[in-house]
Amino acid sequence: MTAYTILIEDTGESYRCADHRSVLQGMEALGKKGIPAGCRQGGCGVCKVQVAQGSFSKRVMSREHVSAEEEAIGCVLSCCIKPTSDLRLSVIGKMKKNVCRTVEPAGVRPVYST
Amino acid sequence: MTMTGVLRPGHAQIRVLDIKESIPWYTDVMGLVPMGQDRQGRAYFKTRQEHDHHSVILRQADRAGLDFFGFKVLDKATLDDLEKNLRAHGVATERIPAGDLLETGERVRFTLPTGHVIELYAEKKDVGNAMGYTNPEVDVIEGKGICPVRMDHALLYGPDIDGNRELFQKALGFSLVERVKLEDGQTDLALWLTCSAKAHDIALVRHAEPGKLHHVAFLLSTWEQVLRAADIMSKHRVSIDIGPTRHGITQGTTIYFFDPSGNRLETFCGGYDFYPDMHPVTWTWDEVGAGIFYHDRKLNDAFLTVVT
Repeated sequence: MTAYTILIEDTGESYRCADHRSVLQGMEALGKKGIPAGCRQGGCGVCKVQVAQGSFSKRVMSREHVSAEEEAIGCVLSCCIKPTSDLRLSVIGKMKKNVCRTVEPAGVRPVYST
Repeated sequence: MTMTGVLRPGHAQIRVLDIKESIPWYTDVMGLVPMGQDRQGRAYFKTRQEHDHHSVILRQADRAGLDFFGFKVLDKATLDDLEKNLRAHGVATERIPAGDLLETGERVRFTLPTGHVIELYAEKKDVGNAMGYTNPEVDVIEGKGICPVRMDHALLYGPDIDGNRELFQKALGFSLVERVKLEDGQTDLALWLTCSAKAHDIALVRHAEPGKLHHVAFLLSTWEQVLRAADIMSKHRVSIDIGPTRHGITQGTTIYFFDPSGNRLETFCGGYDFYPDMHPVTWTWDEVGAGIFYHDRKLNDAFLTVVT
């Protein structure tokens, strides 16, 4: 089994994701947080991310949430991509405020952003 | 109670992102019976126990969601009467010719105030449930797939659910069964309506975007079947939203899950019987969590946010 490191830039959280799992599924399987989970099937758009670095394979995703132009620049649904290298990404889905912690200076307890 | 007028939900046309992937999923995981494809490429399904030709239609599209939801009415005279009621209520209607959907008669189509397309029809071919009408055996649920009893109801999300309620109650004879009030104690967040003796045939949640699908639901016969469905889902790596659990509203047991295109489906069991002399049940904002998910007593993020 090959696995790659996924770094969520918003939180600084990273995890290892097997290459047979979607980036979202890999995160959820380890109980990690950072990318909001919705339908996990490419339909609802809540797990949308911008991949800043790295390569991935992908399956079909709803055009309601990802245009062809966005898809071409790595703005994709994380439930529909599987890593083929280490990835750096940031969260842009519409539930970001619900689950994405802000990164606080050392010594300050993390709070949920609004 | 003598049931006339609108009888029951009869079909849901669901948009899928990859029909080649979706047909085996609806067949092998859901356990629906494939009933062929039409010239447009739409794929038709029924449950084993349904008599009419189909209840689920899949159409390939570049976005997920619900094309339309159809109700069967008693007969052609009823269809004409209900169309008159709709027009008197100020609703524009159009007739879709017989045969547009396989084995289906003429349909009356209109758009709800929430933007959803609804259809009424009186005729669809009775292909039977393979048990016959004389001395039928029990259909023992065994083998692959969830094998629900019937396509049962849908929950739709959109802005003007008050307009929908008026239309369903005044033009189509539905009854209000349960409602959830927002924090102001006045505005309805959600409504459960029935045209029959079921606890719901259609449900509505107030939501900013029009025309959205929350879920299409399939009835199972027992709580054991709900647990069996969850095992089948996990075995097939189906994306489960929540459950198995119970709704406070309708008191049905449930699993919310997603098809391969992200359309939420429900398999549920139970719920009480409704009679038109019953008083509507109201849930207050502070107890909405228990209304939606009775065991957790809290909403999850996905309930109000994840739609197609």
